[in-house]
Amino acid sequence: MLTANRLRDGDVLYRKGDGWVPMLADGDVYKDAAAAEAALATATAELIRNQVVAPYLFEVREVGGRIQPVKEREIIRAAGPTVHPHTGKQAGQVNA
Amino acid sequence: MLKTLVKPVAPNMYRYDEFDAQFVSERVNQFAGQVARRLSGELTEDQFKPLRLMNGLYLQLHAYMLRIAVPYGTLSSKQMRKLAHIARTYDKNFGHFTTRTNLQFNWIKLVDVPAILRELADVEMHCIQTSGNCVRNVTADQFAGATDEEIEDPRPLAEIIRQWSSLHPEFVFLARKFKIAVGATEKDRAALQWHDMAVQIVKNAQGRVGYKVMAGGGMGRTPYVAHVMHEFVEREDILAYLEAVLRVYNQDSRRDNIHKQRIKILINTIGPEEMRRRVAREFEELKRMGTLQLPQDELDRITAYFAPPKFETGLSDVLPDAGPDFANWAKTNVHKHRAPGYAIATITLKTPGQVPGDATAEQMDVIADLMDQFSVGEVRVTHEQNLVLPHVRKQDLPAIHAKLKELDFASPNAGLITDIIACPGLDYCDLANARSIPIAQSIAKKFEDLDRQHEIGELKIKISGCINACGHHHAGHIGILGVDKKGVEFYQLVLGGSGAEDASIGEIMGPGFGEHEIADAVERVVNVYLKARQPGERFLDTYRRLGMAPFKDAAYEKVAA
Repeated sequence: MLTANRLRDGDVLYRKGDGWVPMLADGDVYKDAAAAEAALATATAELIRNQVVAPYLFEVREVGGRIQPVKEREIIRAAGPTVHPHTGKQAGQVNA
Repeated sequence: MLKTLVKPVAPNMYRYDEFDAQFVSERVNQFAGQVARRLSGELTEDQFKPLRLMNGLYLQLHAYMLRIAVPYGTLSSKQMRKLAHIARTYDKNFGHFTTRTNLQFNWIKLVDVPAILRELADVEMHCIQTSGNCVRNVTADQFAGATDEEIEDPRPLAEIIRQWSSLHPEFVFLARKFKIAVGATEKDRAALQWHDMAVQIVKNAQGRVGYKVMAGGGMGRTPYVAHVMHEFVEREDILAYLEAVLRVYNQDSRRDNIHKQRIKILINTIGPEEMRRRVAREFEELKRMGTLQLPQDELDRITAYFAPPKFETGLSDVLPDAGPDFANWAKTNVHKHRAPGYAIATITLKTPGQVPGDATAEQMDVIADLMDQFSVGEVRVTHEQNLVLPHVRKQDLPAIHAKLKELDFASPNAGLITDIIACPGLDYCDLANARSIPIAQSIAKKFEDLDRQHEIGELKIKISGCINACGHHHAGHIGILGVDKKGVEFYQLVLGGSGAEDASIGEIMGPGFGEHEIADAVERVVNVYLKARQPGERFLDTYRRLGMAPFKDAAYEKVAA
């Protein structure tokens, strides 16, 4: 998957089609490296639009029928801090 | 509703003059312009990043993080209320006190930053030099001006260093960040020897007050304890001497490898003797020029801001009898004051289960009330992520304790095993490899029983979520370092460190423990201490006597503990 932070508020975003969505579950999962790299190249070229900052790719896997990041860092980034469950996307909050 | 109506008190602390106010105001306007240019696309992220970092603004995992400077940890009640207001208005209702005695907000929007900086400037606060390769927030002993152990209040010198190092034209683009601390007692509460440079106020054999200067301490990937650069620098020469150290560092440090750019690497590469020689050469040149002599009248002018409050006389010097909870709290959290009838009170932001260093807007507001009612409108932030009311009448301590109980900040654990330092870790930090806060919480819950905590005695646990060591794990009696192994968090134990006057670097035990194993491993290590200690020994003393082996065997369950 492809992620970035929104420039104006830093909120975590995921690539979907030609745009960005706030929830990991709604983002595109690229089936192969070529598709992922192509999406990253497009997003990088779009940085000039000043919507997002620092796009990068990360690995996901399917767990119990749901897409989940492989690394703890991305699990936390997608949900919010584990120590403050009342904050972040896990609490339905978007930092916009 | 905890809030009380309290008349704000203006404490004796440094106040901005016209120059300071104009400088901060111009800086706010400058950064507001830079933010606008970034949002419009006139500045790229690569161009903007160094500018935002110079203003304490990071992009972390979930949002922007804004780090606000709290010089030498001193806050007025007016400033505390402003921080509460910012938490409520621009963040998610809480802030985080850091090991650099700053305050961080974790959910900041870039578009709000100019407004926040204007609000901070209204109460003489800013975020300048809380990030970037420059001289960072100057820290000091949290008991400054209140303890009877000190030679003199270290805060006037800390303020002079702050002014000298703010936008110093030679030192705005150092090879790496540079941290300075000031202390004035034999007992080191400011981790002096772990700083890039530190000043200890001392007296020489003739009884004259001067400055012992140390340099080359630091945590991170390659930990070092500082070397003494000069045993006694005369008062009027201190800025020239500090400038000489920084000048040698700036000129001679490597800039080609981020892991070798701190002054500790320079000093330990060329050797402390050679460093002292180079500094002495620069110092003589600066003295010959005579431009950096600290005038006595300027020292007096700054010192006057920190004049001690008028202490009442004739007060009872006996601790009130207010029940067992209060007695327990007083045992660990109340400290000797210079004035009869007064005490220093530590508010540990570490009730087991809490996030170390976090405070909500409501808690900040009530603490501001306590500051006004009972401590001349002042509080100190400590590098151990606690707060200190520096000047309280002993007779008021039960009322303070009762209010802190309402806030859930009355844990009687200052200096005990549950008074844990923890960096934000992977819950927030873009650099972290593992979470720190949940580990601190699980250990604190495991040792929650107060009798057990007191039986264990002084034991400092410090947890970092990566090798950058913001949680000071190298200096923990028990340090914990979070590492990433193929995307999974593991935790290494580090034993035998100290951040006090007996500073030492902790030793790594061996392979890491899993997230759900580390608290049990800590317990087994502590049990070895309880069985093996001799009368009067702290954990650290027993470790230094026995070495790593018995603790390691128990931690990895090679023996029962």
